[in-house]
Amino acid sequence: MGKMENVLKNENRRDFLKASGAGVGGLALGFSLQLGPKIAQAATSHSPNAWIKIGTDNSVTIMVARSEMGQDVYTSMPMLVAEELNVDLNKVNVEFAPPAEVYINALLGGQLTGGSTSVRDAWEKLRKAGASARMMLIAAAADEWGVDAGKCSAENGVVKGPGGKKAKYGDLAEKASSMEVPKEVPLKPKSEWKFIGNVKQARLDTKAKVLGTAGFGIDTRVPGMLYAAVWMPPQTMGAKVTSYDDSRAKNVPGVKAVVQYSRGVAVVADSYWTAKKAKDMLNVKYDAGPNGSKDMGMIWEELELGAVEPGVTFRESGNADEGMAKASKTVEAEYRLPFKSHSPLEPQNTMADVRSDKAIIITPTQFQQIVPHVVSGAIGLKPEQIEVHTTFLGGGFGRRVETDYCIDAAEISKAVGAPVQMIWSREDDMMHDSYSPGGIYKLNAGLDSSGKMAAMTYKATSPSISAVLFPSLVKDGIDPFAVEGIDNFPYATPDMKFTYQLTDVGVRPGYWRAVSHNNNVPALESFVDECALAAGQDPIDYRMSQFDMDESGAKKHKWSGLSSGIAEGKRMKKVLEEVRKKSNWGKKMPAGKGQGVAIMEGYNTVIAAVAEVSVDSSNVVTLEKITSVVDAGQLVHPDQALAQMTSCFVYGMCAGMYSEITIRDGATEQDNFDTYRLARMNEVPKVMDIHFMPSDGSFVGGLSEPGTAVIVPAIANAVFAATGKRVREFPLTPERITAA
Amino acid sequence: MKISFRLNGKRTSVDVAPDTPLLWVVRDTLGMTGTKFGCGKALCGACTVHLNGMAVRSCQTQIGSVAGQKVTTIEGLGGNHKVQRAWMALDVPQCGYCQSGQQMQAAALLANNRNPNDQDIDAWMSGNLCRCGTYPRIRAAIKAAAKMS
Repeated sequence: MGKMENVLKNENRRDFLKASGAGVGGLALGFSLQLGPKIAQAATSHSPNAWIKIGTDNSVTIMVARSEMGQDVYTSMPMLVAEELNVDLNKVNVEFAPPAEVYINALLGGQLTGGSTSVRDAWEKLRKAGASARMMLIAAAADEWGVDAGKCSAENGVVKGPGGKKAKYGDLAEKASSMEVPKEVPLKPKSEWKFIGNVKQARLDTKAKVLGTAGFGIDTRVPGMLYAAVWMPPQTMGAKVTSYDDSRAKNVPGVKAVVQYSRGVAVVADSYWTAKKAKDMLNVKYDAGPNGSKDMGMIWEELELGAVEPGVTFRESGNADEGMAKASKTVEAEYRLPFKSHSPLEPQNTMADVRSDKAIIITPTQFQQIVPHVVSGAIGLKPEQIEVHTTFLGGGFGRRVETDYCIDAAEISKAVGAPVQMIWSREDDMMHDSYSPGGIYKLNAGLDSSGKMAAMTYKATSPSISAVLFPSLVKDGIDPFAVEGIDNFPYATPDMKFTYQLTDVGVRPGYWRAVSHNNNVPALESFVDECALAAGQDPIDYRMSQFDMDESGAKKHKWSGLSSGIAEGKRMKKVLEEVRKKSNWGKKMPAGKGQGVAIMEGYNTVIAAVAEVSVDSSNVVTLEKITSVVDAGQLVHPDQALAQMTSCFVYGMCAGMYSEITIRDGATEQDNFDTYRLARMNEVPKVMDIHFMPSDGSFVGGLSEPGTAVIVPAIANAVFAATGKRVREFPLTPERITAA
Repeated sequence: MKISFRLNGKRTSVDVAPDTPLLWVVRDTLGMTGTKFGCGKALCGACTVHLNGMAVRSCQTQIGSVAGQKVTTIEGLGGNHKVQRAWMALDVPQCGYCQSGQQMQAAALLANNRNPNDQDIDAWMSGNLCRCGTYPRIRAAIKAAAKMS
């Protein structure tokens, strides 16, 4: 990897690089991006990139610069390259890219996997990378044969020329490296696509995952590696170890060392079990810090205090006060969304090998680029002395955007002077998560004489994730990751005022799949149903008549950077109409059963869902069926687009029905899957009927998140339809339904 | 303490404390990492292996208790087991972390019930968590595997 970094720093050949040092003899091709003025400017100030390596042995390696955590980048991104490179996708090697500026995700500004941006960012970039490489290989062959490049073509890893001439990519690779990078790179029209949109394309990582050979972070093994189990104070913010007694732990055979590090105490041993057993024998004293007495009553009180503050306006039009004053009818509601844990099934872990002059970090991370920078301070090395390798991730969901566990492992390795794999127990993972922040959402609507939402106020009160993790993202008191799914409010309401009150409550917040969509969409889409009820209208008819159809861009919303940025009334109407048909909306349902609908735009995807529930006499909800219609633009890998939607709905139903983190004495009360409930096989709907809108191939929308948020209000609205009970506090437990 | 058992058909001996969970013996002592650690309390099923053909949670199975017995891990399922063929045909895994355990659990189901219905699958598979929510495909893959020879 050191050599790779040298190659990437070759400033003289910005648009192209010869990477004989990148692992195989031959050619590596990289391209600067021309995706718009801002990005083009960035490209001129950064080094180029290698996406493709072609070996003289004819091997083709495609670099994947995003983390594979289930969402299929290991296949969907190489599909884009292979589409234009003209190689057999099933024979290419896939490698996870090292951190390098050129691999930065332009939609996020970092080499970072999140925000349902991987394929959106790669959509043109990787096809151009593939096409440019193909053109250079053709140019090399044409030069070799003394023929016009226009008379040559490339197919399946072979360049063909006039008179039956043929040359394999591998044989052309070296010469191709001296060819000029094409300035114009035409991309294939949709009609010629072989991989993009191919419903039969299999995942390239399935076999390894079925055989059990895929290397997750926890599977990392390096010579001389020791295992660490850790003890951390139960409070996630501000607690500190004051002293510890390790006399018993140290005497366990196999224990090599007990060391204190910034966050806790680590037992290092020759196996994880030994380390864990000895860790349980530690007697640690700690200062619980300023949040040591926090409980949910206090947390909700702090949020209530925030909720009566005026807040900062993030979206406004007309005059909300006047609009409310002249309303024929008003509707008012307050929703509460809970704290939630990511709980990927692979607990946090990292292998760190810290030496005096360099360090190697092997880790399941969503944010490899930042790892050397955050680790460097903790271990006294420069970022360039720290090599980072990304493994497969056993789930991410936003948790692995954070690097706390990388820093911990590096500190422990440094302290013991050996390669150490730190593994968190499930309890460590759940109690030291960064939680999807809970919040209070107050809505008021003024309905006009026809029942339309003519005026609305919206007040979001929640902790800010960015204020803790990336403070520079918070501007004028607004965290863009707190107003998603509401800043792009899709209805044509003339008088509105939407405000946000950042309220810290001393519980560590984190980006969680679909982030604040999970709070704002359930609040808004529950409320729209409440308005429809007040107006005496069908929930779908009610929405259909009020979508904002002004797509001129004049109302481009300011904060939701990962959304489409404009009113999507036209797309929403089509999607909602389609889900009405597909779900057989309004069909007669027996007592105790109901349908509920919700719609949203997020990540440039418009998605509507109809949930069908049954609620028994104890108010236990069964989610029987989900019908969904999705406009995500062009699907690159349709079968896995479907898999992502399924995944979103299951993740979302956990949030809507089961999962809740609560705090007592400053610590998380849930510590394993018996107390933090997730959906199981018997609980997921037997029918998930998911439809994608046709696309002209002009854009791609994000797929890994929006369904998570939209299903929650669909369930809440279905519960109302089934029971007549409007539950405004989530998750929708039987107790809450009973109390409603 | 030296403990001998049959692992994936091979006679295997380890010298570890008898209370060590089978999970950590296969992963750390024997270096076979296909079996995963998820919860440590038999709540998620990621560590499922077969003990004498029965699906068990290896995080709760002390190595001392498997002396002289037959253990099969995902590595021993062979790669061509009908469950694995069905899992591949349907592209079941997403992140893939739980799938060793899911397949071991499913293989034990099919060994006991050649043609499970939805209720059988629910009852048998509900101890295995999948945070990616691949449950519908797992269900379909079990049914597909049931039809394979």
